[in-house]
Amino acid sequence: MEKFITHTGLVVPLDIANVDTDQIIPKQFLQKTERVGFGVHLFHDSRYLDHSGKEPNPEFILNKPEYQGTSILLARENFGCGSSREHAPWALEEFGFKAVIAPSFADIFYGNCINIGLLPIKLSEDEIEQLFNQAQDAQLNLTVDLANNNVSFINKSGDKVSFTFALDKFQKYCLEEGVDSIGWTLDKLDTIEAFEGKMPSWQ
Amino acid sequence: MTTNTAPQTLYEKLWQTHLVEEKNGETPLLYVDRHLIHEVTSPQAFANLRFHNRPVRHPERTIATMDHNISTRSIKIDAAGEGAANQLRALEKNCKDFGIELFGMGHKNQGIAHVMGPELGLTLPGTIIVCGDSHTATHGAFGALAFGIGTSEVEHVFATQTLRQTKAKTMKIEVKGHVGKGISAKDIILAIIGKTGSAGATGYVVEYCGEAIEALSMEERMTVCNMSIEFGAKAGLVAPDQTTFDYVEGKEYAPKGDVWQQALNDWKQLKSDDDAIFDSIITLEAKDIKAQVTWGTNPGQVTSIDSIVPSPDDFNDPIEKESCINALAYMDLVAGTKITDISVNKVFIGSCTNSRIEDLRAAASVVKDYSAKGQRVQSSIDAIVVPGSYRVKAQAESEGLDKIFSDAGFEWRLPGCSMCLGMNDDVLEEGDRCASTSNRNFEGRQGRGSRTHLVSPEMAAAAAIAGHFVDLNH
Repeated sequence: MEKFITHTGLVVPLDIANVDTDQIIPKQFLQKTERVGFGVHLFHDSRYLDHSGKEPNPEFILNKPEYQGTSILLARENFGCGSSREHAPWALEEFGFKAVIAPSFADIFYGNCINIGLLPIKLSEDEIEQLFNQAQDAQLNLTVDLANNNVSFINKSGDKVSFTFALDKFQKYCLEEGVDSIGWTLDKLDTIEAFEGKMPSWQ
Repeated sequence: MTTNTAPQTLYEKLWQTHLVEEKNGETPLLYVDRHLIHEVTSPQAFANLRFHNRPVRHPERTIATMDHNISTRSIKIDAAGEGAANQLRALEKNCKDFGIELFGMGHKNQGIAHVMGPELGLTLPGTIIVCGDSHTATHGAFGALAFGIGTSEVEHVFATQTLRQTKAKTMKIEVKGHVGKGISAKDIILAIIGKTGSAGATGYVVEYCGEAIEALSMEERMTVCNMSIEFGAKAGLVAPDQTTFDYVEGKEYAPKGDVWQQALNDWKQLKSDDDAIFDSIITLEAKDIKAQVTWGTNPGQVTSIDSIVPSPDDFNDPIEKESCINALAYMDLVAGTKITDISVNKVFIGSCTNSRIEDLRAAASVVKDYSAKGQRVQSSIDAIVVPGSYRVKAQAESEGLDKIFSDAGFEWRLPGCSMCLGMNDDVLEEGDRCASTSNRNFEGRQGRGSRTHLVSPEMAAAAAIAGHFVDLNH
């Protein structure tokens, strides 16, 4: 996993609540045995007018010229609900997103993002509203500073605004160091084996 | 520091007994007893194991099945289409190479992971069960902590038989009293989700309790727990009781003899202490629960059969109001329409929510009543019945349920996830409106531009014959 230190990028405001993983990556694109090839199908049903994905829907926000090159997705509550498919964060990451900002995330999606190094950032409803106002009116470039747990931007009045976000300490460490979490756990095999030795026979 | 004397919820007990290590600055490490895998969310995990030259640490704790993208018309792997066949063959090879037991196409134990696990006794109380599928919460019906995981976590379980998890908050949902005649487990869980909203339990593990839950059979409890994820819960739990023990005893993979006695002694301790503190408590009166039908595009957008399609004006919350406007547009519904006036052209009876033998019996019983009056599936409607596993299929056929369905115009299919998510060719067309016993009514879930109404097996069966939703109690 790549290390996440800081990132500055263009924010795209996706003004929809309860975006589920079926919307992020529909089921017909899950039939792969590799981990690549999902980005092109991200938000397929909204992003393309046709089934084969040849005709971009000009109304969909990711297709608008002013948001090309975006790397930070701004969304509404309960983002990533539904299926556990990790293909959803894979598709977001492959499209070019480094971070997703929302007031709340579905639990499995949130964990999946952390595990692949796509940073999910929870902010308050009020902060999210401010970001939508900024990003919908003009191009919003945002800096994510993981070490300091904050995001910052220059608002319309030219002032620097900064919001802090919470992140589990170990998850933060894994993101910052690009830790192979399986290798980390395998270093504790003695502890796991000791646990197994004490388990009841039926378990 | 937690002491053993502090009152604990069932979730906390399961957490404590599976805690391998809790260290300052690290996410707690939990032991995983049972890992269920399928063709769609496992291949990349196996590929990474190969890349790192790591074995599956306990292959005997993992069981594989083929369910998500298989054909329900043929047991041939190639009948599923090229992409699916490729994944299915990859699963065969991966299971062979890593020593994992696989219930492949046509195997007597093959079935949807969450139907297969319980019926074989792979699902046991007091265990942690994971699967790369969000409906893993189903197994919580046994008092097991069961939840869906992503592919990176599948790989972590393969390599270590553990997972890192942050502790969830606890929610108690008590359903008091008894439900009325003809009210199913599906109606109970949809009514709960209607009350909490589709993200009402995000960050929580939910424990269902109360007389109405205790009165449910194991299969009904599975239906309830199955949809825990549909209101955001990490997992759903029902404390194991005699109903649970009677169900598990004698199952193929269940403990036997002295080990069974030991298990039983341990399992009897698996309940929340009387004075355990939950972070949130929700109470419903069972007698108020009516048959449910979803009208929108998330499972929280649900109402009762004797009601009407709501109006955006019924919602104060601006996001819910907006969601209602969008849902009505997508579902092509007009506010104020009676639910019983909504017509369907497709019916799907199946999925890990409602494809067990009791579900099929309940649906068949409704079909039988209509058949006695000379009524059958309307000619304008395609209705399919997809049993959850080969065992369910065999049982249903031994009871003649397949014949009741077929004679009435339903198609009797082979087991699989089928139209719940439409990864195979059981897909709705644009504009189709489906009465479905599955668990998600998301936009495009069953096919791009298709419309899903979630209902119980009884309601789906009646809709197939009447052509619209029917209040079976009137």
